[in-house]
Amino acid sequence: MDSRAIDLAVRRVARAIASRAEGHARVVLVGIQTGGVWLARHLAQHLERLWSAPVPVGQLDISMHRDDLDQRLAPQVHPTAIGFDVTGKTVILVDDVLFSGRTIRAAMDALTDLGRPRRIQLAVLIDRGHRELPIEADFVGKRIATGPTDRVDVRLADTLAASQVVLEKAVRR
Amino acid sequence: MLWTRKDLLDLQSLSVEEITAVLDTARAFRAVGERTIKKVPALRGKTVINLFIEPSTRTRISFELAAQRLSADVINFTAEASSLKKGETLKDTARNLEALNADFIIIRHSAAGAPHFLARVLNAHVVNAGDGAHEHPTQGLLDIFTMREKKGSLQGLRVTILGDILYSRVARSNIWALRKMGAHITLCGPPTLVPRIFEQMECRVTSDLEEAIADADVINLLRIQHERQRKTMFPSLAEYSSLFGINRARLAATKPDVLIMHPGPINRGVEVDSEVADGERSVILEQVTNGLAIRMAALYLVNGGQAASTETPEQAAA
Repeated sequence: MDSRAIDLAVRRVARAIASRAEGHARVVLVGIQTGGVWLARHLAQHLERLWSAPVPVGQLDISMHRDDLDQRLAPQVHPTAIGFDVTGKTVILVDDVLFSGRTIRAAMDALTDLGRPRRIQLAVLIDRGHRELPIEADFVGKRIATGPTDRVDVRLADTLAASQVVLEKAVRR
Repeated sequence: MLWTRKDLLDLQSLSVEEITAVLDTARAFRAVGERTIKKVPALRGKTVINLFIEPSTRTRISFELAAQRLSADVINFTAEASSLKKGETLKDTARNLEALNADFIIIRHSAAGAPHFLARVLNAHVVNAGDGAHEHPTQGLLDIFTMREKKGSLQGLRVTILGDILYSRVARSNIWALRKMGAHITLCGPPTLVPRIFEQMECRVTSDLEEAIADADVINLLRIQHERQRKTMFPSLAEYSSLFGINRARLAATKPDVLIMHPGPINRGVEVDSEVADGERSVILEQVTNGLAIRMAALYLVNGGQAASTETPEQAAA
């Protein structure tokens, strides 16, 4: 995906959120570190235009809630910065790629430690399939057919023009 | 991630990147302590044993709370209540604890090198909570964390460590960490407690207090450790206080934004007067808060250390 395709996908997700969420007063976006944070900021810009109202954005780190901490080096912990109370809000979790669903499971646990949202929804730029948990996204920018060992490399730069998504097919033996 | 070690034994052997990894991780864990739910599941189901062969209250409580906030189970084991009194060796004690499937052993011991010995003979993660006059790595880390948070960077920072350097593991851990991070270190105190040999650790050594604190960005006060001194190293506490104690008059001759630090417990009226210890430049209680975050970060990082070889590239990238 080039920057144009990413831009279209982000706009598609923003329009879907705008048309489905009933009102915008209690909608907040929470990006999952690190790829989801970029996407959450861009989504918020589009939503603020569509709604003509500010949309709060937070960032959430899920390292401490992962289920594979025994099987890997300790993942780098990024700051969680959510400058608003999530209790009673419609929290839209935002991530770049939806794969196994384990990150989202950890994110829901991390989020509910911070408060009790009225509902949690999920927006992703890419859904690449191969779920390992019963989790689905509410808003998807683009679905990509992948093999389980392929790599989806999302390179999000500060400027949209420099961003791209690359699918690296695994070498079949 | 740059942390691959199974244990945290000393700061002398850590790289700048490893030290930075602990500090950055601690910042995220400090935020956890400010929430309503001050607990994360990172070490759920793990067992942490506080093996304190030498008495300690604050360090033990700090490690205990750190482990609990990571959802681990904690057992405290102190010298008074142990079989060590009955002649059991340290190795046998530790192996018995490991036979109970302890995942982490946090050890304080009067003998330098005891944690390194345990780390070699045990599979459990070992964290040094102070070994003799050698090192107290988590104290050194929480000190430089506090300095970095307050001053922005450690590079070029002027740090004066004042007091009982000779017997202090806190001083040694501070010196190793500060040197690696690019700070300038001055050691000051009575010549009997601050021998010139410390110049070999690239520190400036002086017994002129006024000169030592005049341009300091940080003054880290160390407690006079009566219990570790075999004979009296200076004539009296009153004389020490009059020559090296930090009081309001001496504070007035320092930089206006100098930080006053102390690892505790404070001997009020000896190293520092109450009005300085409780004053606006003192960050002594912040050190306690930061110590909890550093210890959470240390446990979190060493937990992943053993599994280095089993990590797949996908997990590394995730």
